[in-house]
Formats: sequence, structure tokens, C-alpha cells
Amino acid sequence: MRIAGKGQINRDKPVTFQFDGAPVSGFEGDTVASALLANDIKLVARSFKYHRPRGIMGVGSEEANALVTLGRGSRQEPNLRATMIPARQGVEIFSQNRWPTLGMDLLSVNDLAAPFLGAGFYYKTFMWPRAFWERLYEPMIRRAAGLGALSGRNCEERYEKAYAFCDVLVIGAGPAGLMAALTAGRSGADVILADEDLRMGGRLNGEDEEVGGMPGADWAAEAVAELAAMPNVRLMTRTTVTGAYDQGTYGALERIVDGPARSDKPRECFWRIVAKGAVLCAGAIERPIAFRNNDRPGIMGAAAVRTYLHRYGVAPGKAITLFTNNDNGHRTARDLIRAGAHVAAVLDTRHDGPEGEGYRVIPGAEVCNAGGRRALESITYRTVSGEEKIRTDCLAVSGGWNPTLHLTCHMNGRPEWSRQIESFVPVPGAIPGLRTAGACQGTFSTHGALTEGAAAARDVLAELGLDASEVATPEAEDAPYALKAHWAVAGSGRAWLDFQNDVTVKDVKQAAKENFQSVEHMKRYTTQGMAPDQGKNSNIGALAILADVTGRGIPETGTTTYRPPFVPVTIAAMGAGAQGKGFAPERFTTGYAASIAAKAPMIEAGLWYRPSYFPTAGEVKWRESCDREVTMVRNAVGICDVSTLGKIDVQGPDAAAFLDFVYTNTMSTLKPGRVRYGLMLREDGTVMDDGTCARMGENHYVITTTTAAAGTVMRHLEYVHQCLRPELDLAMISTTEQWAQFAVAGPKARALLDEVLDAPLEESDFPFMACGSVPIGGIEARLFRISFSGEHAYEIAVPARYGASLFDALLTQAEALGGGAYGLEALNVLRIEKGFITHAEIHGRVTAFDIGMERMVSQKKDCIGKTMSERPGLWGEEREQLVGLMPVGPVKQLTAGAHLFAPEAEPVRENEQGYTTSVGYSPTLESFLGLAFLRNGRARHGEEVMMVDHLRGVTARCKVCDPVFFDADGGRLRD
Amino acid sequence: MIELKAKTACEGLLPKRVGDMRIEEAEAGQITSIALLEGQAAAVDEALMVTHKLSFPKPNRSTGRAGERLIWSGRGQAFLMGAALAADLSGLAAMTDQSDAWAVVRLEGEQGADVLARLVPVDLRPQNFKRGHTVRTLLGHMTVSITRVGDSSFQIMAFRSMAKTLVHELITAMESLGARG
Amino acid sequence: MRLTCPVCGARDRREFYYMGDAVALQRPSPEASDEVWDDYLHNRDNPAGETRDLWQHEAGCGAWLVVRRNTITHEIYDVTLARDAKQALQEEAEA
Repeated sequence: MRIAGKGQINRDKPVTFQFDGAPVSGFEGDTVASALLANDIKLVARSFKYHRPRGIMGVGSEEANALVTLGRGSRQEPNLRATMIPARQGVEIFSQNRWPTLGMDLLSVNDLAAPFLGAGFYYKTFMWPRAFWERLYEPMIRRAAGLGALSGRNCEERYEKAYAFCDVLVIGAGPAGLMAALTAGRSGADVILADEDLRMGGRLNGEDEEVGGMPGADWAAEAVAELAAMPNVRLMTRTTVTGAYDQGTYGALERIVDGPARSDKPRECFWRIVAKGAVLCAGAIERPIAFRNNDRPGIMGAAAVRTYLHRYGVAPGKAITLFTNNDNGHRTARDLIRAGAHVAAVLDTRHDGPEGEGYRVIPGAEVCNAGGRRALESITYRTVSGEEKIRTDCLAVSGGWNPTLHLTCHMNGRPEWSRQIESFVPVPGAIPGLRTAGACQGTFSTHGALTEGAAAARDVLAELGLDASEVATPEAEDAPYALKAHWAVAGSGRAWLDFQNDVTVKDVKQAAKENFQSVEHMKRYTTQGMAPDQGKNSNIGALAILADVTGRGIPETGTTTYRPPFVPVTIAAMGAGAQGKGFAPERFTTGYAASIAAKAPMIEAGLWYRPSYFPTAGEVKWRESCDREVTMVRNAVGICDVSTLGKIDVQGPDAAAFLDFVYTNTMSTLKPGRVRYGLMLREDGTVMDDGTCARMGENHYVITTTTAAAGTVMRHLEYVHQCLRPELDLAMISTTEQWAQFAVAGPKARALLDEVLDAPLEESDFPFMACGSVPIGGIEARLFRISFSGEHAYEIAVPARYGASLFDALLTQAEALGGGAYGLEALNVLRIEKGFITHAEIHGRVTAFDIGMERMVSQKKDCIGKTMSERPGLWGEEREQLVGLMPVGPVKQLTAGAHLFAPEAEPVRENEQGYTTSVGYSPTLESFLGLAFLRNGRARHGEEVMMVDHLRGVTARCKVCDPVFFDADGGRLRD
Repeated sequence: MIELKAKTACEGLLPKRVGDMRIEEAEAGQITSIALLEGQAAAVDEALMVTHKLSFPKPNRSTGRAGERLIWSGRGQAFLMGAALAADLSGLAAMTDQSDAWAVVRLEGEQGADVLARLVPVDLRPQNFKRGHTVRTLLGHMTVSITRVGDSSFQIMAFRSMAKTLVHELITAMESLGARG
Repeated sequence: MRLTCPVCGARDRREFYYMGDAVALQRPSPEASDEVWDDYLHNRDNPAGETRDLWQHEAGCGAWLVVRRNTITHEIYDVTLARDAKQALQEEAEA
């Protein structure tokens, strides 16, 4: 019910939104919750387990009942608190966890089955038969119990991530936070003030009290205006600080849009805020009191009722009753009366509470039941003189305040119990650099909050070595806080502690009885304090009950650990920008556009995109293209973009000595203008990578790495230099990106080069494994006579800006010679025919001995991995060694990753003798070829083995042979 | 003699404008990496001062101006950008040609630091990152070099092969920021 | 988590690569016993408290670093250049 003339809403701007399809009207400045209450809509949700009717309890992120879904389809977002969604024109809000409708929810039969659904019910009930769990019990529970649902559609909204930095982060913009921000801001510090509400001011916006001689809300608005005008202060509204992390890093979730229209605006932004110091002014949460049926729609927090009254001009009932154990209930009653609302009574558990100011007080009273199913109709209370019933449609409850200290526990801080406020308070220093002020450390008066906010900011500034300017504390309310702890009302029936998870006093008692007496065990057995709510309302109450039934004090019982995030954070916000291809950068070579134009399917190689094959007219299957390309390279000439190989430039007087230390073989004896194949080991003796090493000058080398290991090798080389051999004088830099590099391979390679180079090569120029500079198109190119195909071949490199143009020129010339481009598939077949290895072979468990390269580990010098490569067990007959395989039985197909067995052995693990690593069909030899590791394989050439692929159901009899299938003496590549 | 045509790293991708924010490909000219050899910092600094009137930059700093700039690019390393290296540094430093290794873009507009705050985990606001300041850091998942070359102007360098992702990331951040108003 | 690189200043953890215990700096000689090599490569303490490990400021200046930190409190005591730490070890060995 709206009260005329009250509230900070804009009555000139009406808005209408849909709730379960029906229009609900409100005003700008309303939340969905305040508009629903203004329209007397009490039933807004169904509870998690029992499907009990539920209404709005609170006013902010502590709301445990009123979870709703915003929008539908791909824009649907479940489990939002109605108290946190601004009422906006045209948005659609849906209630959750009900079927078919909120009013008639068939699953509310769960409530009747409550005696069977208590603590730990699913551990007990759904034990056997085991097979029923996945097929029957779990789907059943999932349908019956739950919160909102995802749409299952791809999210089309924008989300964002961002970083922010400041001297002082102030968390919460109530009286304490505003004073902290004013103090730090006026002192010139770089300040961020973050508050989860749309409007800063905290409780000052929900109270009728004066600060500095003006209404508290006006004082807050003035403070916010002053802060907004400061260039060194950044105000972040609707931003919840969700976690405190190491070295002054905080996570924060900003909600930006929740309107109905598709927008380029991000829906949420997840901030990582780095603060040199911080002040936590997160306030406190009013706690409920447990009594029978205390979850009826219409039962709310007493302070929440005041906020609805003062901020939104809403009286949430026609006859409002208060139930309190402290003065807060009286305050609500007083304000309601002043606003002209009807207060049925104030039930005070104390005998020494204040007198009523125009309302009836019943001292020593406690509510023992609540009536009305879809909305509260009456309550029954008990005093020494017996039980009485009151007709009422709203019961506002105050069980005292719990400081919102969650963030102080995020780095293992354990809060302390305060007898004075009967709740936990944060321990100073729990988060390095963070101080607490106001209600979040148990100071509940406005005066106290203002004073402490300023003081905490001064302390933070002093720690940062900044001068603090004095901000006078305005006059404000300074009432003492007096309460008599009252956790639960004795009696039969169910009394709720955790509204969101449907955990009652009985459940906690049951858990204790079944010996789940540790607070952590009780939590997990009952599910109290889980889900989006994370125990904001229920933790203290639940552990008070647990302490009581186990005969311990609350401090001994302790509390469960509060972990980040303080409020739920969508995965979309945390992973913003990482949807689809945003997950990783894409790397394109200069030949990419031409490859796409040639309709080459691209394959991802790490971050790179490389062409698989280049189909020509009439080719339908990839094998047709691949076979043609292999034959083309063997008979004419092929061009392949190999720019993705890592290239590292190594220079300095000790470059040679350094390379001798990182390669197994010797690079210092390499002559300038020559290239050598090189093998690198890890320090544990395993092969790390292979590649070429070209000596460009006396103190200048260019080495190549495999595409996959480029980053790893660069890091390794820097590690070896800086951490193991800093005395060596050299410098390294990656030049992978500088050069576009193409393989020119085949018997006509030299003829092709002679056509494209500015001058034909001399007969004696560029013998096998030579390197040097050549001019092409007036540009200085690097030419390497190296081969990964076994053919007479070169790799030619030009500065990347010319890459696309050179690729075109090479292709044109190749086509004129009966050749063309070849892709990764053909490259793979060509190298398998030659027994050349890739990371399919050097996969991290393989030694130089295994690949037959033990003689490449020089005995004349030390190198990384040498000592360990000589360990027993890393060489000898027991090792699986690189061999070639050719099918000789009826099955002609080989597969990679298959296992090898003796021909007559049963293909089971115990009999395994090796495995295949690479396979391909060789058009040259007209057979499948495989590279494999076979136990003692080098001594077994000529033997037969069975290749068994259990996954793909392929079994092939194979002959073991040398891994070099083609041109064993290497004549083709040397000539 | 065949003709080789040059293509810039961001050809076809830039320029782009979102509101008052702009990105365009920068004319980087020649880029030479200069890596100090052991104990030669002073000698290199002197040689550069004589020939280029530039001192070798300290970490996180650049020296020079548009057209001829030395940008710190790593431990004991700087990029000479815009001009060819005129000093003879042989035996003093390791030089490599990096002219084609980088996509070099210019982000212009008052909100440049806010755009980069969406992508870069370093404080680039003007009070902490002034003209001539530079960082090696990440932009999304990419390693980059970022230099403030004007009050509302950043030079951003990423690996050439990642030009498309660089532009995509920047445009997305600009659009989100622009839409916020 | 943030580390203060001695070259670049305080930076977010995502710029750094983590390797492991800084004992890696003390590479044994090729003549050292199998036990010494085994220790060097495989055996690590898992202290509740102070550790020294090697990190690389991979996305920054590229420097390898020795980071002294506390595994319980997450406090970072100091960050030094691995190169300096190794040279100190080498000088110690010569002396």
C-alpha cells in the first residue's frame, strides 16, 4: 500500500513491468520488491524444498525469499533478488520453482511430506537400489527442489571485465562509508566508493532521522554530490564488492542494465580493484527470530519495513505487528504511526523495553505461530498469561543485528563473538590493509558509524603516508543498542532458520542428535547457509541453536567459513570476452588470406590457423588432395607456409657456449652460413624439442623451434640463461613474427628459386644445410637449405609485410612447374615417409635413446638433461623405441594411439608392447605407414606385431621396420 | 625481378571509430630491438646520445618523440622506432629487425585509459601513466607494449599475427564503454 | 595476488609464470651423485610457511625472479632477480 507524500521515488514518472504476465505499476526509484509491496502482492516465490509460499522479507542483497527470474529466452537471468532489481518500464519478471503457477503449485505436496524431508533426507532415503540414483532419484529431486532455471540458450548479452586502481577503496556508502570517502577524498587520495544499491546513503535512505541538522537522506545526498564533484573520487553504484584477495585485490560485480531492450551496454561488469588500503563499511543485516511458520508471506525484517516506508512510501500491511527483542521494533512502530499506518501491537520479548508512543506494547511476549497460507492473516503470541491471537497482515521482526563482516573472513580471518551485541565482530587485520567501521564491526548508532568511518579513513591514509584532512562529524542519533538475545521460540511445528534452503530449527537439532555437531558438519548435513544466500540471514541463528543443543557456548561452537563471492557472480561476468573465439587470441600467418581463397580448410595448431590441404576441382575427400600434394612434392615442387615455427635470435660473445649448453649436440663448431639439426632435453633427460640452428655470423645464431613449443622453449632459454648461466654474455629475442617463411620442396625447388630470386643461384651455392641472404624483389631474404620432406628443399624467409606477396609469387611459379601449395596433411605424410619426428613422437616421456638419437648427446661437454638421460631405465632393451610399421595382413589401415602386441598375445594391458604415434597413407609407397614406439624395437625390425585400436575397433597385422621408409640414404635431399 | 608488395599488419581492419574513440594503424617505420650486452649500458647510452640524441630508456619509460623514439621493451632491451639505427653498437648490444613483427595501433580519445582498463591489468590513468610512460603487459591474453604518446593517445603493439584479435578486443571494449554513455 | 617485479613494479599475478622451488638455481655438477641429482630434480619440501620459488615475469620484462612468500598468510616478503641470486651463489662457490 502506497502512502501519499512519502518516499524518495519519482511520482511523476510511473513505470509498469510484468510479474508472471500481469502488469505491476510503480514509480522511478522503486525496486521490483517495493512496487510489488505497493500493489499488495505478498506471494512472490516458492521455497526451495517444500514449495512453501514466500514473500519479501528484506530490502537488499540479504533477501532470502524473493528470488525471481528476469527476462526470458536467451536474455533470461534466474535467481535475482526482487529487492535488487530497479523497477523499469517493460521488463518481465517471473516467479520461480513453481508449477503450473505461483498461486497453485502442485509441488507444494512436498510440504505435506515434510516429516520425510528433514535434514539429511536424501542421504537416507535415496540410498538403494544404487541404480535408481541416476535414473530416478536425482532427476526427481532436481525437478522438485530448486531455484530458477537457465534458458539453455546461448547468452547474447554483453558482459564486461575491467580493472580499477585506487589508494582507498571504501566498501559501502552508508553513514560510515560516506564519512570515510569524504575524509579520504578531501585529503586528495585516489578513492573508489562502491555500493551495491542504486542510491548511495545506506540506512540513511531508509530512516527518519537527522544528520547534521537535516534529514539523513538529504545529508547523504549532499555528501554524494560533494564526492561526485571530486576528480579524485570514483563512485560505483550497483557495485557489490564480492571478495577480498591477496595484496589488496578485491573483486566487485557491477550491474549495469536490466532493461528489456537488447543493448550494447554490458549487463554486468566484473571488476578487479587493486587498492592500497580499504575501509569496509558494509553495515549489518537484521536477523529473524525462529518461530512456528515464521516464513509466511508478510513476515519481514523490522528495519526493512522502515525502508519501505521512508524510501519507497510503502506500508507493507494494513495492520502491522512488531516482534522484537531490542529497541529497533519500537522504532519501526513509531515511524509507522507517524506516517499514519496502523500498528496492531509491539510484542517485546523483554520486560524492560520502552513504553509505546501511541501504540500498544505487550512486554515479555513471543510469537509462537503464524496463520494464513499464501499471505499472513494472524499470529499467535504467548505471554505468562497464556496464548492470544492477533489479526495482522504484516509482522515485522527484529532479532538484533549481525554485522556484515563476510569480507574480513575471505583470507582465513575468524571473527570473534561479542557478548555485547550477541553476534560476531571482525578481528582487526584479518585482511591486510583493510579496516572496518560502523555497523559491520558492531557499532549500530549513526553517530558511531560517522565517527568510525572518518577515523578508519584517517588510519588508512596515515598508513599510506598521506595527510588526512579533518572532516567534522555531523550531529546524529547516538542511541545505545540494547537487546536480549532471542534465537527461537520454543514449541512444536517448523520454525525456519534458513529460508532459502528450507532449514528449520528441528533440522539443526536433528543434525546434532545424529552427531553432526561440528558447525561445518551441521552446515553440510542440513544445507543451512548454502546456495545464493550463503547464510546471510541464518548462520548466527543456526549456530546459536546448535550451541544450545550441544551444550556449548556460541564462541566454542564457532562459525562456518565465509568465502567469496559475497553475492552470486554470473559466470558470464567472470568470463566476459571469453565466449566463442574470445577464449584465446587467433594467430594468422601472411598466407592465411590466400589459403582461404584457395578453399583450404584451416586447422588450429596452438593459437595458429594453418591450411590442412588445398582442394582442386573434382577432389571430394581430403585424402585425394593430400595424396596429390604428397606426389606433387615428390615429383615436382610444393610450397608450404611454415611461418608458425618458432624463431629465436641469439646474439652475443657467449651465444655459441650457451647453445652448446642447451642443445645436446655442439653448435659452437658450426661454421657461419651453415645449419645444424638440434635436439634439446629437459633437465630430467626427456626430449623437450627439436629444430634447426643456423649460424648467421660469428656471434649470431637463429634457431627454430616447433610451432607447439615456441613459447616453452623461449621461456626455457631465458631460464637457463638467467637462472643457471648468468655469466654468459648474450641476448635473445623472438623473431617468429618478423619473418614470413615458406618451404619450397621437391626436385624442382631449385629451378623455382632461380625463377623468383633476383639472380639465379650459383651451382655451388647453398649445398644441403647451408644458409644465407639472397635478394628477392629487391628485398633481402633469408634462405635455408633444409628439408622436412626428404626432398631437395629450402625455406625462404622475408619480412612479414611481404609474406602474402611472396606466397603468391611462389605459388604462381610452382604451378608453372607442375607444383603448388601443400598443407599440413601432406606435410605430415611427407615427414612420416622420412621418419622425421614431431611432438606426436616427442610427447614428454621420450628420451634421445628412444628416438635413436643418443649419439647426438655429445660426450665432450655438459648440457641440460645430459646427466639424467644416462640414468638406468632411460636407455636399454626395456625402452620402447621408435620404429616404422607397415600393415601386412588383411587390414591395411593404421590408426594413431593404437597399442602393439605380439601376434598371438591376447590384446590386454599386461601384454602391451608399445603404441603408434603417427600414421598416414603414403601415396609414394602405396601403403599406410606408422611411426610407433615398440619395446626393444630397433632390434626387432622384420618381426610382426599386432596393432590393436580398442577405441576404433581396428586390428592390423604389421611388419616392424626402420622408421625411415623412403630414400633411406637421403640422396634426394642432398642432391 | 618479381615485385613484392608490402602489406601492413592491420590492413583491412583499421581505422575504426566508436563515438569519440578512434583506433588507427600507426606508421611505425623501422623498429630495431637493441638488447644490452654485459656491462655495455653506459657505452650504448653514449653512442645513442651522440647519433640519435636519445638516451637508452629506463624500465617503463620511453625517450624521444614521434618519428624517433626509444621504447623500453624488456629487461635490458629497447625498441628504436621510426628511424634506422645510425649508431654502431656492434659488440655493445644485440640488434634485431622487428619492423614487421608487430601490429602497431594508435588509440585516440579522452576515454583511452577507460578502454584499456577493460583489457589491461595495469593502471594507465593519466595521473599514474604519463606521456612517455610505457609498459610490457597483457591485453586480454596477448603480450603487448603500451606507450602513452599523448595526453589522449596510446600506442599499442601486439604480435603481428594477432592483429585481428587485438582490433577485435579494442573495438569490443570501445563499444561497451561507448554504450554506457 | 600481486608480485612486485624488481624491474617493472607491482603487477597482477596473471603476468607471471610459476615454475617451482628456487632450489632449481643450484644445479649440481655432472659428476654429482645420483642422490644429489635426484634431490635436485624431484624432492621438494611442502612447507606451511616460508617458501622461495622461481617465477618469470613472462608477460612483462621477461626477468626470472626469486619470490619469498608465506604459504599460510600469503604475505610476499621479497622479490629479487634470479640472475642476481644465481650470481651470488656462484661467487659464494668460488670463495
